[in-house]
Amino acid sequence: MKHTLSVLVENKPGVLARVSGLFSRRGFNIDSLAVGVTENPEISRMTIVVEGDDRVLEQVTKQLNKLIDTIKVSDLTAEESVERELMMIKVAAEPKMRSEIMQIADIFRARIIDVSPKTMIIEATGDEEKINAMEALLKQFGVKELARTGKIALTRGLKSV
Amino acid sequence: MKMVSKISGAEAFIECLCKENVEVVFGIPGGSLLPIHDALYDSSIKHILVRHEQCAAHMADGYARATGRTGVCLATSGPGATNLVTGIANAYMDSVPMVAFTGQVPTGMIGNDAFQEADITGITLPITKINYLIKDVNNLPKTIREAFHIASTGRPGPVLVDIPKDVQIMESEFEYPKTFNLRGYKPTIEGHPLQIKRAIKAITDAERPIIYAGGGVIISNASEELRALAELTLAPVTTTLMGKGAFPESHPLSLGMVGMHGTKYANYAMTETDLIVAVGVRFDDRVTGKLNAFAPNAKVIHIDIDPAEISKSVSVGIPIVGDAKRVLKELIKGLGKKPRTEWLKKIEKWKKEFPLRYDRSGKTLKPQFIIEQINELCPDAIITTEVGQCQMWAAQYFKSTKPRSFISSGGLGTMGYGFPAAIGAKVGCPDKTVIDIAGDGSFQMTCQELATAVLNDIPVTVAILNNGFLGMVRQWQELFYDKRYSATYLGTTSPDFTKLAEAYGALGIEVRKPSEVKSAIEEAVTSDKPAVIDFKIDPEENVLPMVPAGAAINEMIDYEG
Ligand SMILES: Cc1ncc(C[n+]2csc(CCOP(=O)(O)OP(=O)(O)O)c2C)c(N)n1
Ligand SMILES: [Mg+2]
Repeated sequence: MKHTLSVLVENKPGVLARVSGLFSRRGFNIDSLAVGVTENPEISRMTIVVEGDDRVLEQVTKQLNKLIDTIKVSDLTAEESVERELMMIKVAAEPKMRSEIMQIADIFRARIIDVSPKTMIIEATGDEEKINAMEALLKQFGVKELARTGKIALTRGLKSV
Repeated sequence: MKMVSKISGAEAFIECLCKENVEVVFGIPGGSLLPIHDALYDSSIKHILVRHEQCAAHMADGYARATGRTGVCLATSGPGATNLVTGIANAYMDSVPMVAFTGQVPTGMIGNDAFQEADITGITLPITKINYLIKDVNNLPKTIREAFHIASTGRPGPVLVDIPKDVQIMESEFEYPKTFNLRGYKPTIEGHPLQIKRAIKAITDAERPIIYAGGGVIISNASEELRALAELTLAPVTTTLMGKGAFPESHPLSLGMVGMHGTKYANYAMTETDLIVAVGVRFDDRVTGKLNAFAPNAKVIHIDIDPAEISKSVSVGIPIVGDAKRVLKELIKGLGKKPRTEWLKKIEKWKKEFPLRYDRSGKTLKPQFIIEQINELCPDAIITTEVGQCQMWAAQYFKSTKPRSFISSGGLGTMGYGFPAAIGAKVGCPDKTVIDIAGDGSFQMTCQELATAVLNDIPVTVAILNNGFLGMVRQWQELFYDKRYSATYLGTTSPDFTKLAEAYGALGIEVRKPSEVKSAIEEAVTSDKPAVIDFKIDPEENVLPMVPAGAAINEMIDYEG
């Protein structure tokens, strides 16, 4: 099962290396990892999607907590949370294909952020399924390049982690 | 106007060590450490010059294990720093409080592949609790304060602090911080009352309990509490290699060591118990053997300060995260005496039926006999060990009665550890007799430290159980590889160890016969000199009993008959 972990860490050099090193060294599978600073410039939030059963999750959580620079680890899987990913996808787009691509983008509430004579770049945010669905639809045009951020997430409502 | 005097980073470094009550550092200088060694020159801190940085780390480690204080080692940038790596990894695996300082190339040159640059914070990432690269001299006191705090608290471990040369030279106003904020680091000390209650109930209900004690008991100075728990509950106690000395092995409730080369009765008891009270252990594979056959009928109470150790390999019914001493105290409060006659009778029977044994005929010089002699002559000595058969014979036949008196590389199994660890232990405990039980292979990995011992007048004894082999590997080859002794014969290529000792100015003694053992040990430990005894032992003696890899711990190989 996939779990989304929200990990607050000290915003210091080497912390990312410690976290990613921990995953590879202990043989945990990372699906995605996104990191950025929080409202407090001294603290970063890492959102880590990890695959594993309860036992693996327990170990991952404990090992993360053990790192001195880890402030808090929360598993958002069981929480009410919103999750988003950002994708940029560059597709082959001869002028005659443009409108069809724009229609697809519209349906997904995505945006066209670059157009060249032969390509377009579409920017989309959403949960993982939406991004996957959109990618699948755009494949027929020929994907030139693709970049995804990995998931970020927050709990809903007043509760914070 | 208030005049504030500024001091250099190197001087601040010395001030910090003084504030941390550091009395000794082990190290080797180099280009990137020149300012620090210059400041050390007229400080009150003793610097012991070693011959290889690995040994500086092992000495700091041996010092820490023998005294309970944080060991400190010092190495220059690049090769000096990388030479520390084995010693740091060793301390990490065995949870030893240590702070390693390394010189680094000047901040402006970092990342440029400068001369003698090594990314030591990167290299030691997985083998330190935390490490630091100090880029600003103003952060130096705070960083060192944190380093010592983290190394010595919670589950202890090594911390590395990398100090670029220009930071050692730059000046700042020195102030040692009184407080610091480590919001991500708050070890749990007190056990959870509910779990303690459950544990008390489980212990009270148990018919065949066993206490399984490890290095955590020694680190937490909880030996007295452990003994009280055992005597109160009449539960037998088995220890791990790291736990040797946590409970007196002379005690009627002692089962000795458990696991691969443990006693049969400890392994049988572990297999038949209905309740394991695990304290400061980590269910290492050398202890558990085949996991699904390990203690099949047992409930498990696991007391450990590191939550990540709980349910890592064996699932735990009653986890108690906390300091062993505090938790044991709480348990004792809630427990009463309960007779366990049947269980103890059974254990007595096992002890009688399956004692540790070897050929005592005296026809050849047996390593077990040597350890027994050392034990008889120096029962209060601090024993350190190398790695291999020598280590296991020492663990089996030296009956440790006090904590911090059996010092061995458990987790990493580092050949070459014992001798520098002995030197470190002797520096920390100058009034104790310190003996390294060594193998001929292991000793050759760090024997150059004879120079350190002689120069600094550190009289430790190295007892080499010289079998002419990388004996433990040879034993596996004998048992599992048709006696194909590939790359394990050392015999003719080893030096004459007595001459080697003499070449360094140490005492060298050769022993060939059982009758010479006693006088050799007496001579060595009373000589007041570093001494090497070369015991020419039976070359193909094995460590038995033994649990073969992958077997359950009650399926042990032993001598025939
Ligand atoms: C640094 C290191 N290299 C290799 C090993 C693998 N190893 C384990 S025991 C052993 C043999 C040790 O020989 P010796 O010191 O003579 O001890 P003996 O087993 O003969 O008593 C070896 C090579 C190790 N533990 N450590
Ligand atoms: Mg040998």
